[in-house]
Amino acid sequence: MAKERLIVVGNGMAGCRAVQEVLKRDPGRYEITILGAEPRVNYDRIMLSPVLAGEKTFADIVINDEAWYRDNAITLHAGRAVQAIDRQARIVSAEGGLEVGYDRLIMATGSDPIRLPLPGGDLQGVVTFRDLDDVEAMVAASAQTGARAVVIGGGLLGIEAAYGLVRRGMAATVVHLVDVLMERQLDASAGFLLADALAGKGVATELGAVSEEIVGVDGRVAGLKLKDGRTLPCELLVMAVGIRPNTSLAKAAGLEVGRGLIVDDQMRTSDPRISAVGECVEHRGQCYGLVAPIWEMCKALAAGLTDTAGAYEGSVLSTRLKVSGVDVFSAGKFAGGEGCEDIVFRDAGRGVYKRVVIEDGKVAGAVLFGDAADGAWYFDLMRQSAEVADIRETLIFGQTATEGLRGLDPSAAVAALADDAEVCGCNGVCKGAITGAIVAQGLSTLDEVKAVTKASASCGSCTPLVEKLLMLTLGDGFKAQTGPKPVCGCTHHGHAEARRRIVAESLKSMPAVMQALEWSTPDGCASCRPALNYYLICAWPGEYRDDKQSRFINERVHANIQKDGTYSVVPRMWGGMTNSDELRAIADVVDKFKIPSVKVTGGQRIDLLGVQKDDLPAVWADLNAAGMVSGHAYAKGLRTVKTCVGTDWCRFGTQDSTGLGVRLEKFMWGSWTPAKVKLGVSGCPRNCAEATCKDIGVICVDSGYEIHVGGAAGLHIQGTELLTKVATEEEAIWTICAVTQAYREEGWYLERIYKWMARVGLDSIRAQVEDPQVRRALYDRFAYSQRFFRIDPWAERVAGRHSDEFTPLSRRMEFEPA
Amino acid sequence: MNALVKDPIAWTDVGAVTDIPLRGARRVPTPGGNVAIFRTGDGLVFALKDACPHKGGPLSQGIIHGHAVTCPLHAWSIDLATGEPMGADRGKGCAPVVPLEVREGRLFLGRT
Repeated sequence: MAKERLIVVGNGMAGCRAVQEVLKRDPGRYEITILGAEPRVNYDRIMLSPVLAGEKTFADIVINDEAWYRDNAITLHAGRAVQAIDRQARIVSAEGGLEVGYDRLIMATGSDPIRLPLPGGDLQGVVTFRDLDDVEAMVAASAQTGARAVVIGGGLLGIEAAYGLVRRGMAATVVHLVDVLMERQLDASAGFLLADALAGKGVATELGAVSEEIVGVDGRVAGLKLKDGRTLPCELLVMAVGIRPNTSLAKAAGLEVGRGLIVDDQMRTSDPRISAVGECVEHRGQCYGLVAPIWEMCKALAAGLTDTAGAYEGSVLSTRLKVSGVDVFSAGKFAGGEGCEDIVFRDAGRGVYKRVVIEDGKVAGAVLFGDAADGAWYFDLMRQSAEVADIRETLIFGQTATEGLRGLDPSAAVAALADDAEVCGCNGVCKGAITGAIVAQGLSTLDEVKAVTKASASCGSCTPLVEKLLMLTLGDGFKAQTGPKPVCGCTHHGHAEARRRIVAESLKSMPAVMQALEWSTPDGCASCRPALNYYLICAWPGEYRDDKQSRFINERVHANIQKDGTYSVVPRMWGGMTNSDELRAIADVVDKFKIPSVKVTGGQRIDLLGVQKDDLPAVWADLNAAGMVSGHAYAKGLRTVKTCVGTDWCRFGTQDSTGLGVRLEKFMWGSWTPAKVKLGVSGCPRNCAEATCKDIGVICVDSGYEIHVGGAAGLHIQGTELLTKVATEEEAIWTICAVTQAYREEGWYLERIYKWMARVGLDSIRAQVEDPQVRRALYDRFAYSQRFFRIDPWAERVAGRHSDEFTPLSRRMEFEPA
Repeated sequence: MNALVKDPIAWTDVGAVTDIPLRGARRVPTPGGNVAIFRTGDGLVFALKDACPHKGGPLSQGIIHGHAVTCPLHAWSIDLATGEPMGADRGKGCAPVVPLEVREGRLFLGRT
């Protein structure tokens, strides 16, 4: 008996996958013929972006080579576009007079790129981004010296096209109609971060930009004119505004067509002998342009063609962007909606934004930017409709945190930031009270305002603002006091003014600060950039993205540079406690990487000295594997928490000083501060942990905890002063976090706690931490900030973040030429 | 007409300009020690021997501002165009300039 004849119209991903699925189920059933319009074998269209970027070649992305067709006895007519289907006679006719009869027909005609009907759309150099020919045209254009490209369309494809062209050495600008890139997959926050990340890769973006006309010279494209009158010059114009199901053939054959070729759950069209799959299809009112649903369709189709069970019931979509170094994932109801709850996590330092949408106690969608490692996990939870109520607290931190760190308290109350109308945060004085007092009581100097209203009487950071209010109210009658010391030679503003205006004017980026404060240099200097970077992090922990180029090398590579250009590595030992596993892991690392020196530090930790920079990620990976994280021994941030053994062992111990030290360190690690912060916790007044020369020290006594601040034991030697005494361990933690937060908000960059204390006065600090409400608010702001920064920078880099920092640009000149 | 002069410098393609972040630097190891290639905020690139004239600090690890880099070891500021220290340390030696060309977005480092 002759085999049934199966014809596939379309040699793309869907057509060939459908054939594979049929062969998998019933290899001998059909005599198969594939007709394709493109003159080549079947390749992975999804991977055209890496081909354009030069990261892959065409050979890399071929899915089925000629041998596959041969081995499976499939007849391939490549380069033969099908022109008509005679459903009566069951004959397909293609270019060149080819006619083939069928018993079953699969339509896999895919989609066509949409070409905007702009004037000039037919100029040379205007291309779409759909097939290998398009890629070849783009590569050719990029070979011209100084060539520029404009890509219309800020969706997945447009962004990948622009990135690929930049990788090819072109200048590329993405022009997008909407204000948010990839708005069908990303919300505004992630879209903003994406635009920012692309800028870092050299891809410019023009958002909310309406294209009006493609300008040409001598028949070639020369630029894109926008509605706002600007013209973006370019030699290549790529239209990547979307795809449209290719249904012309089906329509002509009289099949039922809506937006796409309409199919049922078995992928059958209105003609039972004809099925359809892929981007040409409309299923339950939905057209798909992503690969995952197409694979599911192919399974259902093959089941129908081989009389096995299977139906397609629509797909939940997820998307990943293929731009190296930019991690983006989106799935489901990423933007939330009615009845949905949002859990949002931002890590400004890492440029991470995560939003998980919960509906009825289940994950309904997610958008991840900067760290998409957990995308698959969320997607799984979503498809399984898993109940997530009991993992809700840690859900946003990902699978590892949820499954591996159960019991660690990740949640911390979120506090609203201070009211804008409030001028003096310390004493709660608003603008009206100050100006009112100036007028009513005839005040004319800052000191008088301080005395009457208490504004600027504590930390002094609002002094410039109070002076401005005086100036405003009195006009020439006010004489300013001598100005503060400028931050550096790039500006005449002092630290206090810079900090105040960052908050008051919502300045959220380095260029914004430099613009608003009229910096005299284009991008600052090695003094002001780290300071401004810190102030921005402190003011906008959830939004500002840490600028690694404004970090001193130690904070950029999370290790301490030594005199010979090698680095030292200090893992955290919580409260100075360690164990045999950690010590064994450290010993192994020392042997494996031939680390020349191992030293015990004054902060109760172990320092590995002389590590080569390129070895750092591997060293960290091994330390991470043993459960150790960065000790931040290099940071203007929390360093050690030194403890004595307290009531655990000591016959004099009054409290669990080790336990408190560990708790403090586990809560506060990763926090950035104006200068380094070292803590000590002693279990009794004998003070074996030397807490009274630390930035913040605790002396445990029978009745509670004395909290001391402002010690130093370096260049400057100074004992602490007693700040306050509290009764419980909880209060000790609240108070220490509160005083740290006050310091973070008021301290000037590189100003240690003792200097800050001398400037603002111990009384002003004490007033803040002894007022339960102020203390609570400070603590809450600290805890909020920790949501973004209590993350191991080593693990991030082991995972590949900033990998270019740890590898040479090129090794091609390492040896003498032969 | 000019006689055909053979380029005395051997050029090596060491990567794309965009492989170096703005206000960043990357290293290229050579038999004579590392070369530092800098990319400034305004997109220009410079190459110097990766050793500060002061104590040999790796300039590639410094903070880049304007057309200068601040050495990570003792904060000397070095002019990227000349390799010479700026400000108070002017005249105290220099980090040798290494030939660098940009062709079609690629960096070519010279071996003289």
